[in-house]
Amino acid sequence: MNADANRGLGRRGFLAISAATLGGVMLAPGIRLIEIAAARAPEQAVSRRVRWGLLIDTNICTPGCDDCVKACATENGIKDTGRPRTDPQWIRKLELNDRRSGRTHSVPVMCQHCEHPPCVDVCPTGASFKRADGIVLVDKHICIGCRYCMMACPYKARSIVFEDVTDQNPDVPRGKGTAEGCTLCVHRVDRDRQPACVEACAKAGHNAMIFGDLNDPLSEIAQRVAKYASTQIRADLRLNPGVRYQGL
Amino acid sequence: MKRNGIGALAGHIARAIWPLALLLPILAFASGRVPKPVIDIDKPGKCVEDTATMRREHPDMLRHQRDLTVHEGIRTRQHSLKECVSCHASTKTGSVLGEKGFCQSCHDYASVKIDCFSCHASKPKPVAGAKP
Repeated sequence: MNADANRGLGRRGFLAISAATLGGVMLAPGIRLIEIAAARAPEQAVSRRVRWGLLIDTNICTPGCDDCVKACATENGIKDTGRPRTDPQWIRKLELNDRRSGRTHSVPVMCQHCEHPPCVDVCPTGASFKRADGIVLVDKHICIGCRYCMMACPYKARSIVFEDVTDQNPDVPRGKGTAEGCTLCVHRVDRDRQPACVEACAKAGHNAMIFGDLNDPLSEIAQRVAKYASTQIRADLRLNPGVRYQGL
Repeated sequence: MKRNGIGALAGHIARAIWPLALLLPILAFASGRVPKPVIDIDKPGKCVEDTATMRREHPDMLRHQRDLTVHEGIRTRQHSLKECVSCHASTKTGSVLGEKGFCQSCHDYASVKIDCFSCHASKPKPVAGAKP
């Protein structure tokens, strides 16, 4: 009897705590603290409401500048082995020439983080996947190194690691025999930071790259995309990449 | 005749090894059947769970945490490999690997291969401004 009474109290206490918690989260019907706070708590899973994207202004991006490529290599521990044919490449600079007008473009190209990624379609193990917030990643624990994703990607964004990797960044595990590509610096994004390439571009004063949530109408990237013409590379494939280019 | 020969041989062997047979329990008492691993534990404080749980269940904890982190972006620190490494790395080598390293010494003893560190860093991230 006594034990039962205790159990009852325990449950009542639990209900009281739950009610208090709910009250904290929901201030009034329709207004929740969680939506007011922009930052995601570490224990909170990524949300489908967010769609991370990049906007690259090719009018500003200068030929010969590789600040973003260098920052990417430093951040993700990609070292030059002197064998460029087999070195992994997460981001590269392309120089485009319009033969008729003579206009030249310089564009950084990395994983385009498609809404319908072909690399995910072809992966036989489920290692290549799209996170709820639109970042396309490789789960290297499951990757068997078959390289189907490298074949499927129209942007040549995936690489395979041919050689043993040492001295990795603790936030960016990389190893031999797995496919990899731009992660949009997911380890930084999860901590409310910008990808390394975007940060480096801004730090050098170019500001040719903007990172943000395409689904948030208040974000700079969404406002720019809504206001100015921007294109996706190979839009004809209808993969709806999260990376967009201005001035192409 | 042949049986006698074998018997004699067995006798010789028995006489040769009986002092060893006497010594064995003493040796066993001194060091155990297999020498225990020597582990450098620089921070003998409390781990995230009690020792028995950690010994038995750390692979499951790491596997569970890895899926949450990779697929759902949950980066809590309690069961993350990065936190294991930053707390358990030896002050001498700076690593959890090596003969007396926290991970490798025990895994060598148990004869279990660890794949973690072919991709994951076995050393904590150097503090900004520190000498490499």
